[in-house]
This record gives sequence, structure tokens and C-alpha cells, in this order.
Amino acid sequence: MKNAGTLKLTTPTDREISMTRVFDAPRRLVFDAFTKPELVKRWLLGPPGWTMPVCEIDLRVGGAYRYVWRHADGKEMGMGGIYREIVPQERLVCTELFDEAWYPGEALVTTILAEQGGRTTLTSTMLYVWQETRDAVLKSGMERGVAASYDRLEELLMSIE
Amino acid sequence: MMATLRALAEPNRLHIVELLRDGPRPVGDMVHRLRLRQPQVSKHLRVLSAAGLVDVRVDAQRRIYALRPAPLQELEVWLEKYRRLWEGNFQRLDALLDELKTEELKTKEKKRARTKR
Repeated sequence: MKNAGTLKLTTPTDREISMTRVFDAPRRLVFDAFTKPELVKRWLLGPPGWTMPVCEIDLRVGGAYRYVWRHADGKEMGMGGIYREIVPQERLVCTELFDEAWYPGEALVTTILAEQGGRTTLTSTMLYVWQETRDAVLKSGMERGVAASYDRLEELLMSIE
Repeated sequence: MMATLRALAEPNRLHIVELLRDGPRPVGDMVHRLRLRQPQVSKHLRVLSAAGLVDVRVDAQRRIYALRPAPLQELEVWLEKYRRLWEGNFQRLDALLDELKTEELKTKEKKRARTKR
């Protein structure tokens, strides 16, 4: 399989994680792969052993999407959000919240597609609403709860290997 | 990890961490290199210390700061796992895009063949 580019991952600020990746395809196809359920289901699967039995996308500003993954052992994981901005083939902004979120508040995900010479550069930035929730979290002494959620994330990520 | 990200998000603090990568340094040396005033540097060092990123030891009159590698390693491990998760997704996406391109090409050829007829 041809690997068009390596994934670059950065943390530009304390509440952002940014990914950049080049795909050897025009951006209209990449956009389709991100927004058509029958296509999303085929690649957005995470670690081996997971399938995506639920993938609903209402591609309108204010429209919702809902993903549910299921592991071979029966475990399920759900996630969803609302589309905030849609520029076909170019830009998608949506909220993102896991059913069992390991971070307080939603994340805001901005996906930008830039095409050059038939290749597409994808930049996806996840903005975690840490700053806004930080003070409340600290005041209510929920830090330990957050730490426990991180452990869950760790477990989840561990299962990749 | 949130504390690590938060502490590193400030450019001067990131610069301090980069300086300390080469080894422990006294505050005065960092003040000189960063071209900041001592109180500012001390403030940044307090934040880094609270996040567990640096340790301080007093040597005669000097306060010497050193990097604590644990939080940075933790961040690196987390990012590496995250990167691997997405690389898996994107490799599947590569294959799917190849398939979509081939389909598009076939459709075009069919159309061309039809118009020729």
C-alpha cells in the first residue's frame, strides 16, 4: 500500500492537538471520506478489533453526527457532536464529545483540506475546552476525577498495541 | 499531562525547558540567555516547578534548576500512542482513496467510450 505521507502531531498550545497528513488524492475525495457514512465506516476504526456499526451524519450547520464503535469482545464506545461550519471540500468545524469523556467539556475539531497537484494536505486541530473548565475543575477538587479519566484513556490507548 | 501542556504552552517557559535540556543551569544564566528580568524568569520557573517539570537545588548562593524528565516522557508516550492510532486510521484512508480514484477513472472511461460511439 502506498503511504502518501507521515503523520505530524504537535501541541501548538496547552489545549490544542494538531495533526497534519498528506493524502495522494484530490480533496473532494478526502472530503467525501470524512462526510459520507458508508466511507467513514471503512477507515475511522481506531485500533484493530473495532468496527463502526453506527455512523450517522447530518451534514448541515447545526446538524449532528453520531459514531458508535464496537469491539470484537462486545465493548462499545460512542461519540458525537454538532457541525458548526461547513465549507464543502475545504473546511469542517464540529464539536466532539465521547460518551465517556476523559476530559471535561467538549472538544472543537477544525479540519482543513488544501489541495496541490492532486494531493491533499489535511490539518486537523482539536481544541479542548480545558481553559474554560479548568478553574471550575480545580475549585471542585475534581482533579482526581480527571486523572482517573486519563487512566481510562491510557487503557484505551494501551489496547491499540 | 494537562499540567505539562499548560506549562509548556508559554513560549518563554518552553525556551527554559529547551535550555535545561543541555543540563542544569543557575537562574542567573537563564536570565542572561532569555533576555528577561530575573522576577519574570523566577515566575516562569515557579510554574514549571509546580507542574513537576523542573527541580531546584541550592548551591552556595545560587539556585540551580534541572529538568525532570518524567512529565515530558509521559507526554511523549501519550502523543506517540495517539499518533499510532491515527496513522492506522489514515493508512486505511489511503487505501480507500486509492479505490475511489480508480472508480472515478473507470466512470470517466465509460463515459468517454459512450460518447465515442
